[in-house]
Amino acid sequence: MEVLQLLISGLANGCVYGLVALGFVLIYKATEAVNFSQGDFMMLGAFVTLGFVNPEYMGLPFWVALPLVFLVMGLFGYLLDLIVLRAVFGQSQVAVIILTIAIGFVIRFSVGLIWGHEPQSLHSPLALGDVRLGSLVLGLADVAVIITTFVMTVLLWQFFQRTKIGLAMQAASQNQMAAYYMGIPVKRVQGMVWALGGIVAAVAGILYASKGSMDPTAGFIGIKAFAAAVIGGFGSLPGALAGGLIVGIIEPFAARYLPPGYSQIAPYALLIAVLLFRPHGLFAQVRTKKV
Amino acid sequence: MRFHFKTTYDDDIRLFIDGWKLFLYGALLVLMLALPWMIDSFYLGEANNVLIWAVCGLGLMLLTGQTGQASLGHSAFMALGCYSCVLMMQAGVPFIIALPVAGVITGCIGALIAIPALKLHGVYLAIATLALAILADDIIVLLEPWTGGVSGIVPPDIVIFGYVVNRWGNPTEWYYMTLVVTLVVTLLYRNLLRAPLGRSFAAVRDSEISAQAMGVDVARTKTIAFGLSCAITGLGGALMGLFAGAFNNETFNFLLSIQLLMMIVVGGLGFIHGAFLGAIVIAFLPQLLSIVSDMMGSGVAIPGLESAVFGVILIVFILFEPMGLYGRWLKFRVFLELFPFARKDMFKRQKSYLKTERLR
Repeated sequence: MEVLQLLISGLANGCVYGLVALGFVLIYKATEAVNFSQGDFMMLGAFVTLGFVNPEYMGLPFWVALPLVFLVMGLFGYLLDLIVLRAVFGQSQVAVIILTIAIGFVIRFSVGLIWGHEPQSLHSPLALGDVRLGSLVLGLADVAVIITTFVMTVLLWQFFQRTKIGLAMQAASQNQMAAYYMGIPVKRVQGMVWALGGIVAAVAGILYASKGSMDPTAGFIGIKAFAAAVIGGFGSLPGALAGGLIVGIIEPFAARYLPPGYSQIAPYALLIAVLLFRPHGLFAQVRTKKV
Repeated sequence: MRFHFKTTYDDDIRLFIDGWKLFLYGALLVLMLALPWMIDSFYLGEANNVLIWAVCGLGLMLLTGQTGQASLGHSAFMALGCYSCVLMMQAGVPFIIALPVAGVITGCIGALIAIPALKLHGVYLAIATLALAILADDIIVLLEPWTGGVSGIVPPDIVIFGYVVNRWGNPTEWYYMTLVVTLVVTLLYRNLLRAPLGRSFAAVRDSEISAQAMGVDVARTKTIAFGLSCAITGLGGALMGLFAGAFNNETFNFLLSIQLLMMIVVGGLGFIHGAFLGAIVIAFLPQLLSIVSDMMGSGVAIPGLESAVFGVILIVFILFEPMGLYGRWLKFRVFLELFPFARKDMFKRQKSYLKTERLR
């Protein structure tokens, strides 16, 4: 029973990591850049929701605020790409890494300035109530996280495989110049995927905030989401989810069965082990070019 | 405008390109030597801090600026250098031996770590090194019997040939000690760039495939670059820990390595001057911010202000001056030298397009 309870809580945490990792992979798949501030995007999304929903701020009903949050975060992602990231278009990945780390610092500071540094909790309808399955008690938030994550992964995966714009995004990342020749507006496509990244981050943020309280340093779970994305193999959406679940499930078990001090290093140790033995992740997408 | 007519290969790789340059750097050295008589002990401490940051920055610059590998884990190597140096000092090894040996140990371990890390490129390397930096924090806590864990270590006094060097007692001697280390590291770095090894670093940075075609052993070059970079950063870390007077696992947080990377980008990636300019920015920014907030009248410190301002500076630099502070100076110098013939687009970046890394 205890094992099952640990498994469920790990699963729910892992889904949040998976959602953040999904944001990384999304942007990586379409722009070949890695957004090191995805964790801070998530934190920002949660705080924007908090600003709309909580009674001490605007006090809108949750389901009215939801589309507004998606709009704001989508616009944020699009404008960020338009104003900041487009300047390093075509440059090496390292430039984008450094740039997004800096953006993360700025987001963390701005959120702290606007909403304060104390932990706050979101007035979310998901935060209350339990679901009982026999003798198992699950939080409604946990169930919502798990379901939403699986639905989002499948939707985004199909979006990349099936739709025209998803294919255009993949083409734009594989070879920017060739994509231009094929008539794909590469820069606009990249803007769209950053907007999508913002929305996915908002979903992750809302779900994370429903599970507990938020403060501006919550963006640091982005680092665990990195571990998740790398374990799954950057560039694979189901891989990101699988990586998130692995990291999420390892954590509570390590905390339960390993001596204290060793438990928090477990995800990173796993990350380094995966990189050593499968340098491109479990669901590797790297192939040698055929000549 | 001076023209350098090079007739031999030796002309091309001379340490100082002409007498004027030699004079300028000589004047700078005299200025640095005379600094203790010109400023009070507070600013001398700040100058010391700048030099220590510059040593750490030179270490990362060798890897990122010269060899083109981004590392987010150099705080781990700073910690390694610092702890190994202080542990040796506690065991009775004289400081003058402990410091270089700490550098060598850090370099060897860095090179060992580089061997598997070499299989990784770009983002993967950055994330693996980031994980390393986070692990280092936890490992320091786990190795409590040696490292003192969370409560940290207060290093013993530095004794050089029976002469005690204490930060508070004799700051001038501390400053000279740092200056000597900085000079040695800078000369080593400069000479490395003139040697075949430094040339192969640049070849690997510019294109691994062309480097391979020219007969550069890419794996070996990268391993050596990683090792040397870690060794220099280890020296810098040792000085930083000793200068702080007490340190624990939090001193070498992974944010330190992010700061280090940002510092060399702001200074100018790939230039020795860049490490020093970046170090000046990072050392004086907190002072500047506290002066500004005093003038604004708010006595309370705003948390995260420093890193946010640094983030904004970095964004502005990447957008408008990707070559950093030193690049700005280079452009200004060319403008002066060619006046009035300098054109705006002389430094324009070539338009480039990315291809996926997943097919190679």
